[in-house]
Amino acid sequence: MQSQGLVETAPVAPRLSSAARRRQIREKVIAGIITAAAFTGIAALVLILVFIAKEALTLFLDAHAREEASLSKMFLPQVVRANRPPAFVWQPVSNVPKVSMIPLFIGTLKTTLVSMVVAVPVGVAGALYAAEFAPRRLREVLKPTIELLAGIPSVVLGFFALMVLATFLQDTFGLPTRLNAVVAGLGLALAIVPVIFTVSEDALTAVPRSYREASLALGATPWETAWKVVLPAAAPGILAACVLGFGRAIGETMIVLMASGNAAIVSWNFTDSVRSMSATIAAEMGEVVVGSPHYSLLFFIGVELFLFTFVLNMVASTWTRRVLKRLTGAGA
Amino acid sequence: MKTFIASIAAVLLLALPGAARAGTVTVKGSDTMVLLGQRWAEEFMKKNPNTRLQVTGGGSGTGLASLINGTTDIAMSSRPMKKAEDDKLRSIKATPTQLSVARDGVTFYVHESNPVGSLTQEQLKGIYLGDITNWKEVGGKDAPIVVYSRENSSGTYVFVKDNVLDGEDYAASAQTLPGTAAVVNAVAKEKNGIGYGGAAYAKGIKELKVKKGNEEIEPTEANIKSGKYPLSRDLYFYLRNAPAGEVKAFIDFALSPEGQAIVTKVGYFPVK
Repeated sequence: MQSQGLVETAPVAPRLSSAARRRQIREKVIAGIITAAAFTGIAALVLILVFIAKEALTLFLDAHAREEASLSKMFLPQVVRANRPPAFVWQPVSNVPKVSMIPLFIGTLKTTLVSMVVAVPVGVAGALYAAEFAPRRLREVLKPTIELLAGIPSVVLGFFALMVLATFLQDTFGLPTRLNAVVAGLGLALAIVPVIFTVSEDALTAVPRSYREASLALGATPWETAWKVVLPAAAPGILAACVLGFGRAIGETMIVLMASGNAAIVSWNFTDSVRSMSATIAAEMGEVVVGSPHYSLLFFIGVELFLFTFVLNMVASTWTRRVLKRLTGAGA
Repeated sequence: MKTFIASIAAVLLLALPGAARAGTVTVKGSDTMVLLGQRWAEEFMKKNPNTRLQVTGGGSGTGLASLINGTTDIAMSSRPMKKAEDDKLRSIKATPTQLSVARDGVTFYVHESNPVGSLTQEQLKGIYLGDITNWKEVGGKDAPIVVYSRENSSGTYVFVKDNVLDGEDYAASAQTLPGTAAVVNAVAKEKNGIGYGGAAYAKGIKELKVKKGNEEIEPTEANIKSGKYPLSRDLYFYLRNAPAGEVKAFIDFALSPEGQAIVTKVGYFPVK
């Protein structure tokens, strides 16, 4: 906006040719359209957020909902069957709905953890190879191929995880449950490796040549240069890549819905079936009575998912800023 | 003048939805019934080319929610309407009408190689509540039972919950899958699996008989139609009010001998 103001106030020639004036108008219109587009995006985001929050808020305002799904019922163990110790149970369709969020948190955490543990090393190592070691010809094939993987619809990845991966893992390791957190996590990893790879690769190639040259001139091997100089210098970009991947993993629905078995179990065993938050919304939203506590509860899960990614993004960006400061400070 | 224009606009706005709907009947709901609904609609439209029928699925609850919202004329449901839904409809001055249009049996499946051929209702209940966790407790081999269930949005889920579990909750370890086809597929691949679904879908796996006293009842047509097979259910159409006009014509067709013949063809059981 500021530069636009400058153009307006600093016309040197008092009389513009009509062609130049037309161009000026055209540019103004284009700038206006772009600004409007940007604000439409932001406005849509805000409106979505307002809508979801509004639907979720009923949970705290409506007396019936407050009784059926109070915070203590969501987050503290409840007695669900007589003569049994209190437990965390997600059974929203029931005579006495049980609405514990804990199994869903654990489910989301387990699938996301598996996918990150697999995808971050693979994605970052792949990016490091492509940026530092791969011959140019190979690199030109490698990059588009992995990026192509990002274009595979998640329902296809989910189907692959459900039919091929699950059977393979069960036959190989003799797992008691075919569909579990590992299968879903690996399916998710397929979806987020390309994200992490692409963004990391861009960050690594953006490291100035002079860093590498200085390191090599000091007698470091190419491996030492890549590991100790280029990788730390690209750390903020790589972290951004991981955050993007994490955001995709926590929100990804279809793969988890198809491959995780969707049983809301509280256990830290990764070969147990899990139910994630996003899959819960997808599976239950279609049937729920509009305006019921269960309905608000699903929106509340949406708000929680949003908060998770939001907080993670905040933490990551603060960390990135700190790393950047340290790097530039050390360089000066 | 302004108020005049405003009132005309208001009248138009009120009239529009009605005008847009004339000649089109929307049918929405239970995934179990979509195929049946579509076959009925096809045959009905062949005879009444002026009426357009739109049949979509989404689940019993979705259909009933649409009926409440007024976005569908007929809701298909594989379970009776819940009290909350009935209340909602009555609160908008509708008098919900229920019609049972076909019968279906919920069948339990196991893997082909499983030696267990029949279970009592109590055993099924124990398995789905998580009290029975090993096949040897019900006369099978020593292996953990892998329990498959449907999403809680499914009419079949509610049916089994009400009729097998007596309203109690499924075990947390029961894996929930979207759609009967997914359950069939999972059980076909899982040697120690057990799942359930509409009889219409059961192919490629072993159907369990239900033991009652000394009798083992197979989920056959005769048993389901007569109600002898304990796990059978009605499939319903729900309307906001008593049927009239094109909706009535369609329902009459569905309940006619010709419509009921289609029920048999699709794999369910006639009510008449």
